[in-house]
Amino acid sequence: MFDLTGKSALVTGASGGIGGAIAEALHGAGATVGLSGTRTGPLEELAGKLGDRAHVLPCNLSDAEAVEALPRQAADAMGGLDILVNNAGITRDQIFMRMSDEDWASVIEVNLTSTMRLCKGVIRPMMKARWGRIVNISSIVGATGNPGQANYAAAKAGMVGMSKSIAYEVATRGITVNCIAPGFIETAMTDKLNDEQKGGILGQIPMNRMGSPDEIAAATLYLASPEAGYVTGTVLHVNGGMAMF
Amino acid sequence: MSDVADRVRKIVVEHLGVEEDKVTENASFIDDLGADSLDTVELVMAFEEEFGIEIPDDAAETIQTFGDAVKFIKEAQQ
Repeated sequence: MFDLTGKSALVTGASGGIGGAIAEALHGAGATVGLSGTRTGPLEELAGKLGDRAHVLPCNLSDAEAVEALPRQAADAMGGLDILVNNAGITRDQIFMRMSDEDWASVIEVNLTSTMRLCKGVIRPMMKARWGRIVNISSIVGATGNPGQANYAAAKAGMVGMSKSIAYEVATRGITVNCIAPGFIETAMTDKLNDEQKGGILGQIPMNRMGSPDEIAAATLYLASPEAGYVTGTVLHVNGGMAMF
Repeated sequence: MSDVADRVRKIVVEHLGVEEDKVTENASFIDDLGADSLDTVELVMAFEEEFGIEIPDDAAETIQTFGDAVKFIKEAQQ
């Protein structure tokens, strides 16, 4: 089950906790992986840890030209591109009344527009191959909203609507497009929270614990696998029961 | 010159699964040959590959019929 031998996967945000775990899971299932991110150091480190079948592909997602070039670079480096995982994201939190146009635009650009550009870039080779998997990492916040994150929530909800639309268009070509909506996951970002903040969050999670990056990676592996071929246009919520849909 | 038309016809027949004699000069991919919008994108991709040319999106939109495709490709090759 879930064998990705011979498949090539591009993962953005692979320098982060969730992206790194996703790359590791896909690699562990036999895929060749392209590790993209802005910080080369952690990408090199991860590539070194994975060994063969790992390529470092640095990219600044706020640079439109660099984003457009990335799918081709990835396909050239890996000899193909069968799986795209749009995981990279940034936050610029601010209460809505104080949110500047710049805070809004930068989050939309990196989290939503770059995802659109990468989806566009990979669909052509996937159509030719009559096989493809796109997994967009959204967020629980895109479904529930969150104070201070109007920009982030809009981008993550936008990702869901976009993914469903693309899923419709390419369904007959063997390409699936799905989202994963993580809840609170233990990463460098959530490490910064103090005990009181953590306690507040845990109180809202029926499982009374945060999720691990590996639990997001496992969901990604499933959606990227041949076995998930009949699953498209869905949002898989991985949140310990924090919100149920 | 007819070589281009034959190669284009072959691609259209294979891709859309239509009879060869239906692929006439004025046959519209969508209206006459049963293509959907995604098929037309794929036909353009196949033409690009077969003839080693680039067909930009705005030009691709003007290629509606078999005749349009043959004409465009001949011009692109010159």
